[in-house]
Amino acid sequence: MSAANWRGAMNVQPRAQGANAAAAPAGAVRAPRPARPRFENPLRLLHLVVLAFLIGYPWFATPFFTYQIGAQSLALGLIALSLTFLGGYGGMISLAQMTVAGIAGYMVAIFGTAATDGVSLGWPWWLAVLIGIALATGAAAFIGWLSVRTEGIYTIMITLAIGVAFYYLVLQNYAVFNGFQGEQKVFPPTLAGIYWRDPMPFYYLALFWALAGYLFVVYLLRSPFGIALQGIRDNPRRMHALGFNVTAHRVTAYAVAGAIAAVGGVLFTWYNGLVTPGSVGTSWLINILIIAVLGGMRHPVGAFLGAIVFVLLQNFAIDVIDRERFNLVIGAVFLVIVLFSQDGLLGWWSALSVRLSTQRGETRWSSARRRLYAR
Amino acid sequence: MELSKKTVVRTLAAVLVVAAISAGAFAVGAFAQAPPVKIGLLATLEGPFAAGGQDGIRGAELAVRQRNGVVAGRKIELVKASSDAKPDVAVNATRKLVEQDKVDIMVGPLSGSEGIAVKEYSKTQPNTTFINGSSGAQATTLVSPSPNFFRFNTDGGQWMVGVGKAALDKGYKKVMVIAEDYAFPYSQVQGFMTEYCKLGGKVPVKAWVPLGGKDYASVIARVPKDVDALAVVLGGADAVNFLNQYEQAGGDKPIIGGSITVSQDILNYKGKRRDSLVGTIAGSPIADAYDAPEFKAFVADYKKNFPDGYPSPSLFALVYYINMKATLDGLDSVKGDLSGGQKKYRDALSKMTLKTPVGDVKLDANRQAIGTTFITEVVKDAQGNLYNKVLRKIDNVNQTLGLPPAEFKVGSRDEPNCP
Amino acid sequence: MTRFWKWFWVLLIGIPIVALSAWGLQDNARLFVVTFLNGLTLASLYFIVASGFTLVFGLMRNVNLAHGSLYLLGGYLGFFAAQFTGSWLLALAAGFAVAAVVGLAMQVSIFRFMPGQDLRQTLVTIALSIVIADCLMWAIGAQVHQMSPPPWLDGPIRNLPLIRAYSTYRLSLLPIGIVIGVALWLLLNRTRVGMMIRAGVDDRAMLAAAGVNVNLVFATTFAIGAGLAGLGGVIGAVELSMVPGEDTRLLLASLVVVIVGGMGSVIGAAIGAAIFGLAETYGLAYAPTYSVVFTFVILVLVLAFRPRGILGRPA
Repeated sequence: MSAANWRGAMNVQPRAQGANAAAAPAGAVRAPRPARPRFENPLRLLHLVVLAFLIGYPWFATPFFTYQIGAQSLALGLIALSLTFLGGYGGMISLAQMTVAGIAGYMVAIFGTAATDGVSLGWPWWLAVLIGIALATGAAAFIGWLSVRTEGIYTIMITLAIGVAFYYLVLQNYAVFNGFQGEQKVFPPTLAGIYWRDPMPFYYLALFWALAGYLFVVYLLRSPFGIALQGIRDNPRRMHALGFNVTAHRVTAYAVAGAIAAVGGVLFTWYNGLVTPGSVGTSWLINILIIAVLGGMRHPVGAFLGAIVFVLLQNFAIDVIDRERFNLVIGAVFLVIVLFSQDGLLGWWSALSVRLSTQRGETRWSSARRRLYAR
Repeated sequence: MELSKKTVVRTLAAVLVVAAISAGAFAVGAFAQAPPVKIGLLATLEGPFAAGGQDGIRGAELAVRQRNGVVAGRKIELVKASSDAKPDVAVNATRKLVEQDKVDIMVGPLSGSEGIAVKEYSKTQPNTTFINGSSGAQATTLVSPSPNFFRFNTDGGQWMVGVGKAALDKGYKKVMVIAEDYAFPYSQVQGFMTEYCKLGGKVPVKAWVPLGGKDYASVIARVPKDVDALAVVLGGADAVNFLNQYEQAGGDKPIIGGSITVSQDILNYKGKRRDSLVGTIAGSPIADAYDAPEFKAFVADYKKNFPDGYPSPSLFALVYYINMKATLDGLDSVKGDLSGGQKKYRDALSKMTLKTPVGDVKLDANRQAIGTTFITEVVKDAQGNLYNKVLRKIDNVNQTLGLPPAEFKVGSRDEPNCP
Repeated sequence: MTRFWKWFWVLLIGIPIVALSAWGLQDNARLFVVTFLNGLTLASLYFIVASGFTLVFGLMRNVNLAHGSLYLLGGYLGFFAAQFTGSWLLALAAGFAVAAVVGLAMQVSIFRFMPGQDLRQTLVTIALSIVIADCLMWAIGAQVHQMSPPPWLDGPIRNLPLIRAYSTYRLSLLPIGIVIGVALWLLLNRTRVGMMIRAGVDDRAMLAAAGVNVNLVFATTFAIGAGLAGLGGVIGAVELSMVPGEDTRLLLASLVVVIVGGMGSVIGAAIGAAIFGLAETYGLAYAPTYSVVFTFVILVLVLAFRPRGILGRPA
């Protein structure tokens, strides 16, 4: 069934094409949402404000903030986006997204240039990046094929196990992965006279790919594939009865999420300048889950919100509380958010808007929207 | 456009958040270079070497307290950070200290593999001077050294000089090596085996175990009947586990220890003292019972300042102390002048003769220390505490262990080999 | 599964194992037998810890990822109890009791209010595990805590026929594991409480309709499961020592054991523990470099072909 058919069946008017094209990042946009009778969208201003802020950010922030906070959040957010897509919209929570990102990073190091000459092949950077993303996507499809028959908590387990197996593989193997030391000095190239690891160029690189990933996911979710995926999340038996190939859809979803995570992984590896077993260890696997849940899985922007909060906590918790207790702060914040919110930060945001919207006189549309927000 | 209350609140909230973040970015950016000298301090406060890391911080703080917190008329501001023996965590923590907290000098890290990663990072920060904490992998200064990374402690290989000969003197002709699988134990095993193999010793089996692995039953089962001793280069919790499990399993072969295997943080683990440890020989930059007056003063100072520390400072405390002392002595000699890309300061560091509690230290061409090593033996005192007594003291140990540089091979899993 | 396929799988897995065992025995019989004992004893420890985990999941569909922290908590408190009283048995009891109480508190104050939200409960347990682990490190420090075995289990047994000597304490892990396994089985199959637990696993709603206080049953089960983790902690504190970071290791091991064996099945946990313990120790003895990868590959293969584990039941 195409998206148009679906909309017809649900008696929902599509938004004007102009609004779709300008649907820029951020804001609590829900997908799908019922059309409004008039072409007015109070959130559009918010979109433009945030976009302007993101683009202008390096001009007023310090290089540290641009690089360590801004670019890192964008790269991590992209990896978490793959989990939000796969978990929130596909119903398959996979803890192996960081593994896929790590595979991409390792392949870039192995096929490109890194500190250990004995291991790296020294191919041109663009070839290494393409191969890295391709291999990582393939690995993601393989992980999907292994995990596709599991569901719910079992998916979490099997992907965690795959992640841990990969961690021990790269930890113990010196011939290809250089063991505990990992690959150092994995840097982006110097193109058109700009060294892309400098804070501002790297930030724009990360911003470009984060926006691309975000828009791609938002688009994909409204496409027939995305709608079918959400249907499979809600009721696989029914979808199967309707004639959809559930397994193929799921594996493809894993592959798509893997591609997104691979791009994020290359960015994150370039950000760190190294990739080691520690980058794909248990704590990072769980950190990505924490980021996705922190932000909220109901909309792709949640991944980036979660990443910003996580990076800020990681860097500044140590200033707020005793040096050694920052793990406690991160754990406590995460605990509070999970205990008191149905869906992370976005859940709080929409609960807030439910509160505020009851003040107005209710029209049919606003009450329908409120029911949708409150879910 | 209909301006609902909700719209207004939402947009206001977003604007406020944006303003807050940019204000934060501004404020930090506008932070001026203050008169106090900021020194970043990185140690492993989590993970397998957490106890060692805590003692390292104590050693560094001791050096600062001995100067009453002031050097060359400038106040010393220590900014601490933590890692967990993983290279990428160490680099991120260092990056925050250098780029966000804007430290002038960076002291750390603790662990061998972290040191190599931080050294690579230091090449991207030419305006900050990096001084080692206690990381002891050979490759840090021997393989593609960094012009602004200084190591005032001898490395893992240097720490084991003389142990090979001491082992043969005790009659251990065949030894099995059990060591953790990363850069620092490679250096230690290399330091031991270079001499041991040259003098005719044999190492039939080498068992490399993963860092943090707890179950040594299988490794213990692999100990051949005919070896005379075990060379155990494990640290932290791994060492405690191995020693206990070995004794429980009825093992009775004498043990040759690596430097962190019989350090004070191990000899003081919470639990029954194992008598089987008594008599273990090891190579180390520190010997608890060394009786030189400077060392005794150092130990007394440590005990006075840190009543909740160990009975005697551990290897980590001494080495961090040495490196921090070098940092401060260097600042003293240039009168706190860190201008001009810190060039004068680095020249002073490269040329100075550092007086440490265990002897003098000078730097070689790779900014690596040439210093003193002890051969020690574990003994029990009247109160039942275990400590290390001095068997032999060797001065002026350089990084190639006295061999010509062409002959010297950095330690790895397979090098050196003499089955 | 048809008889043909059953035999196919038995032979596919069985023949290489038998062949490798024969090779191992003739190559170095002592190493082979010692490794076998090591594997079984390690499996005992894993079983004790994992049985609590599987009990909690089987009944309440709650994946308690704070199970490792409970292990750590029980171990530390058992250590201090042993130091204070000098009795290892009292330490065991203390470890069990403390972990059970904390588990009970978690169930009553947090999980009771999130019925049916599996993912949210899992995430809460992750957060709790981070918080508990850090609080323990704050209170107790990072120093290694090595508990001593009781004097009657101290030291090696000597003069054994092939293997010469073996650690008494380690050997005792095997009967301890068997005793706990049997006790658990008796609890579940021969007592009223056990009957209610089993009924709840099959059909929660009917159990409530039959007039049983389901919340009480849940709380009891959680307490027992948590207590088992604490008990495992005290036992492990002697064999493997207590250090920050043990919680993640044991949690991972419990997860693997329970997945391979099947969630919700105590016998499955025993089988899973045996497979995992033996695989890990044989790997460490004969192929140490890739031993851990090997064990996780086994897990992945089991899940890929039997998504619910060997004896698992559908959710």
